[in-house]
Amino acid sequence: MELANIFKYLYQSLANSGLPQVWVDIIALVAAGLIVFGVLAVIALFLVWWERKVSAHIQQRFGPMRTGWHGVLQTIADAIKLIQKEDITPTNVDRPVFYWAPIIAFVAAFLAYIAIPFGKGLIVSDLNIGILFIIAITTFTIISLLMAGWGSNNKYALLGGMRSAAQVVSYEVPMVVSILPIILFAGTLSMVEIVEAQAKIYQWFIFRVPFGPIAFIIYIIAGTAETNRTPFDLPEAEQELVAGFNVEYSGMKFAMFFLAEFVNMFTVCAIATTLFLGGWQGPFLPSWVWFLGKTLVLVFLLMWFRWTYPRLRVDQLMEFSWKFLVPLSFANLIIAGFMKHSKWFNW
Amino acid sequence: MNEYAAVLIFLFVGIGVVLFTFFLARLVRPSNPYKAKNQNYECAEPPIGSGWIQFNNRFYIFALIFVVFDVEAIFLFPWAVAFGQLGLYALIEMIIFIVILLFGLFYAWKKGVLKWV
Repeated sequence: MELANIFKYLYQSLANSGLPQVWVDIIALVAAGLIVFGVLAVIALFLVWWERKVSAHIQQRFGPMRTGWHGVLQTIADAIKLIQKEDITPTNVDRPVFYWAPIIAFVAAFLAYIAIPFGKGLIVSDLNIGILFIIAITTFTIISLLMAGWGSNNKYALLGGMRSAAQVVSYEVPMVVSILPIILFAGTLSMVEIVEAQAKIYQWFIFRVPFGPIAFIIYIIAGTAETNRTPFDLPEAEQELVAGFNVEYSGMKFAMFFLAEFVNMFTVCAIATTLFLGGWQGPFLPSWVWFLGKTLVLVFLLMWFRWTYPRLRVDQLMEFSWKFLVPLSFANLIIAGFMKHSKWFNW
Repeated sequence: MNEYAAVLIFLFVGIGVVLFTFFLARLVRPSNPYKAKNQNYECAEPPIGSGWIQFNNRFYIFALIFVVFDVEAIFLFPWAVAFGQLGLYALIEMIIFIVILLFGLFYAWKKGVLKWV
């Protein structure tokens, strides 16, 4: 069952109701925004629970067990708890900066979903600069990190914010360059057209050796660093920075940072699915099931990283990006250029 | 309607949803601020001085290199999209461009500015 048909039907019945076209589009987009928010909230709640279960089982524990079947209602209980928590704003913070940082963190993560195809035809707006837009808009996260770090008027937060920004900035370069070979071969920036270029399984970009797997590995490493996850979670290192930039946040503001973090993780995996794993393409099942399944496999991979690798040192972290990933990703791009030019892969 | 209208409307929906959640939380949460609670956290001691301190970080070097490479990436995007029609000439030209910038990276590397201290 394709979800896109339901939305098409709803849009048609709205268009036939006699409203002016502009209002029909605005109502449809607002509804789409609310639906995307709802889906993201559910996904984030699920991912938090899943992460806790995965970590528990890797460490031979059970994790949450009491609330619902194997603790599935645990994160809902957590969300209800967070909404009831007192929102403490210390007296000497920079108030507007402190207030807007979590909002920007969430909105930057949320806006990327305009151009991510959840399934065949299941995309809010197929922007013709799709992937460039997503890369550009998710980079706004840096601003929110710096705002939270500076606005808190706290030394831990400042150090954490600065480190996060330096890290995100460093891993942005290999991330962007690693997706360029895909654009080179697909010849388009539109996410839908990139998926359509991978109709058969041997056309998936991850299987186009040698540049595909290399680009995929660089992208996953850079994406892990972009989302500040272990082994690259120095900005939030509990043991030395007491959680870094969000030290002073409590209540719903903290919840927004938390939500944005999990939404960003899902975004990274959704982009990887779209660019490398053929997006929604797959037999038998509806397209959105394929998309969700592939993305969740990648999310599981990131969780697996987190509970397997120890944390890097900050100098190793920066050197790994600039001295290894950046030259490698550029070399990969040049290899892909020669491959495309010599028409090795014309399938 | 312009396809970029979605960006504007999503911006408003995103901000609106977050502000609405903040408003909802305001209705149900307690509020009991007092002086000790509203202090900044610093290991359970009263904080020493302001949090806005000067510290030696290497941020600006990385920021400068980042700007160079990000601008380069912006040039690479249209090149990658149009690559099918451009042919070998554009490929060689772009390789020269990339090598020049990578040479800058190696210069910074040998200068020792890529060390985070």
